[in-house]
Amino acid sequence: MFKAFGIVNSSSKNIWVEGLQDYRPIGAFSFLGRYRVIDFPISNLSNSGIDRIQVYVNNSPRSLVEHVGTGRHYNINSKSGRMQILFSEERARNDIYNTDIASYVKNMESIQRMHHPYVVIVPNYMVYSADFSKLITQHMESGADITLLYHAVDNAKDHYLSCSILDLNKQKGVLSIEPNHGNAKNRNIFMNTYIMKKDLFVELVEKAQKISSAYTLEDIVNEECGELDVRGIPHRGFFASITDFQSYYDANIALIDLKTAETLFDPEWPIYTRTNDSSPTHYCKSASIHRSVVSNGCLIEGTVEHCIVGRGCTIKKGAVVKNSVVLANAVIGENVHVENQVVDKHSKLIRVKEVVSDPDHPGYIKRGDVL
Amino acid sequence: MKQNSMLAMILAGGRGSRLHELTNKVAKPAVSYGGKYRIIDFPLSNCANSGIDVVGVLTQYESVLLNSYVAAGGRWGLDARDSGVFVLPPREKADAGLDVYRGTADAISQNIDFIDSYSPEYLLVLSGDHIYKMNYAKMLAFHKQQNADATIAVIEVPMKEASRFGIMNTSGDDDQIVEFEEKPEHPKNNLASMGIYIFTWKLLRKLLLADMKNPDSNHDFGKDIIPTLLADNKRLFAYRFKGYWKDVGTVDSLWEANMDLLDPDNELDLSDPTWKIYTEDVTALPQYVGENADIENALINQGCRIEGQVKNSVLFTGTQVQQGAKVIDSVLMPGVVVEEGAVVNRVLVANDVRIGRNAVVGDPKSEHIELVAKRVKEVEADV
Repeated sequence: MFKAFGIVNSSSKNIWVEGLQDYRPIGAFSFLGRYRVIDFPISNLSNSGIDRIQVYVNNSPRSLVEHVGTGRHYNINSKSGRMQILFSEERARNDIYNTDIASYVKNMESIQRMHHPYVVIVPNYMVYSADFSKLITQHMESGADITLLYHAVDNAKDHYLSCSILDLNKQKGVLSIEPNHGNAKNRNIFMNTYIMKKDLFVELVEKAQKISSAYTLEDIVNEECGELDVRGIPHRGFFASITDFQSYYDANIALIDLKTAETLFDPEWPIYTRTNDSSPTHYCKSASIHRSVVSNGCLIEGTVEHCIVGRGCTIKKGAVVKNSVVLANAVIGENVHVENQVVDKHSKLIRVKEVVSDPDHPGYIKRGDVL
Repeated sequence: MKQNSMLAMILAGGRGSRLHELTNKVAKPAVSYGGKYRIIDFPLSNCANSGIDVVGVLTQYESVLLNSYVAAGGRWGLDARDSGVFVLPPREKADAGLDVYRGTADAISQNIDFIDSYSPEYLLVLSGDHIYKMNYAKMLAFHKQQNADATIAVIEVPMKEASRFGIMNTSGDDDQIVEFEEKPEHPKNNLASMGIYIFTWKLLRKLLLADMKNPDSNHDFGKDIIPTLLADNKRLFAYRFKGYWKDVGTVDSLWEANMDLLDPDNELDLSDPTWKIYTEDVTALPQYVGENADIENALINQGCRIEGQVKNSVLFTGTQVQQGAKVIDSVLMPGVVVEEGAVVNRVLVANDVRIGRNAVVGDPKSEHIELVAKRVKEVEADV
């Protein structure tokens, strides 16, 4: 698809994932053991034939830069394709100024240099599969100025509270984009995914900046809904918005169910990630494991129930791990009982024999911590 | 990285006919091993980890898959400037017609021009079908220290098995080789050749040119080149290797080599972060373990879906064990599906084979491991 380039945007100031985000942006979060959240948007772009991709990073860039690298592992053409990682180098003291618009303004030269007529903007913190080449065709045929992707849900009262919602008319015209205040069950959750002409995008960025230094792309598109033809396209299949700690935990756990996973993964639509060259996983004689998703490189001697186990983890004899998301290289020591936790990378749970949280409020074990 | 003084040549032309259907379409070095690897990943990763930058791979038998597989040198990190994996099948030359490789030594002789283009000081000759981890840099240091003309890696084998191997008879504490015996009836020693040689290139080059013209030669390192070197009183040394080494020539030994990995303290230690074995990257999902799965003592790779029982087995990329199925003491190659209620016991199932519902294959008491290379039809359940 020569028509469009891709922008992978990072989360804005109103989104914060307790614990995990202290160490890396949401895009770099480990997801379902072997992936990172950003693998989904980038693979979607790559599979859609979009091979010029800009990845915007605004804080703790190390792990994201390391993971994305040259983008070669995302099956992007090594000559015509290109992955750019763009920083917003000057971070303002007051977070109100650190908007996506500010990042685009700072990198306007790189955006201007793209010779593609269209742009697809996707967030680095949402997990879904979508074929943008089809959506671009749909966008062009509809004659709309801007196409937004949304996901209709029936649990918006107590979920997606950091997300925005689309107010649509019967023809799927977008009337407004508003924050989800959790006052209705059925909502169209905005997937922060935009398709528009590059020139319009540039125009909107400039306009937004003139109106207010605190404006985001979402703000300006909302304001232009009356003037421009802004339309929504519904997304089907698995959708998760990683916008707080609970949604991170829930999205991982939901995908343990193979039927659910099949609504995200399609053999014809591979999700790429960076290989680690770890050996296959070793299940010992004493292992007992059910309803779980396990990555390579693990050594499993204990009991694992309803968990996601990341690469290179060790679950020792007598350990019982339930309803938990265990990130790469964690060690669960002998006879340690872990329940309803997110165990961050490289942590070791050895001395404390009970690490159990309430099922409605999963706990978080810090990166590299020894308990 | 600048080319170091040693270039490696991997002999990967062998068919491995005792592996039967497993090598019908691919050469032995391309056969799958250890859940996610191919056998040739071992010598290639060893080269990469030993700091060897240029590797020639000599292919001949069923080479299409092997050629494209090894040509992607980046998999093993052999893709820096002045580095690379070169696929070397027999070729027609300006001064010679197209000819197959007549033997291990001939395969090298026919590529003297390639080796010369890098003008290495030493040549490392490896076999593409052995499973082991070895630091060739240490072997080269030994070669230099002994001021040797040729160094041959050897491994101690039990005396009663020595007559199955090529045996190096040595003298003195420094393991200088005085005699080479191929499969001796009455072995005098238990140092078996691993088929890993370091030669001082200048000397080997001279010998190979002479060997090419010799009508009585088998053009083989073991049968011709090594005896000639010994007859010429050259300095040959045995380099003792300790650790896991396996030549998987038969279905039984391939099965056994996979089973060796189930011992958590196995010597090969594929999880050692300081000596990784690199292989092809696949985009499969992580492993899905279902509600009724029962896994005991198994090595399982990415992309597998386990809903049945798996015991003492090795499951390669993307295999499926469905509800109520049993996999015991078996090796399932990539893409194998064991359907509901099927039982697989003491077998090696070849790539992409389906074992139909309720089918039973293998026998727990069999002397040899059964190779299942064709689809097994489903069986109507007993009423």
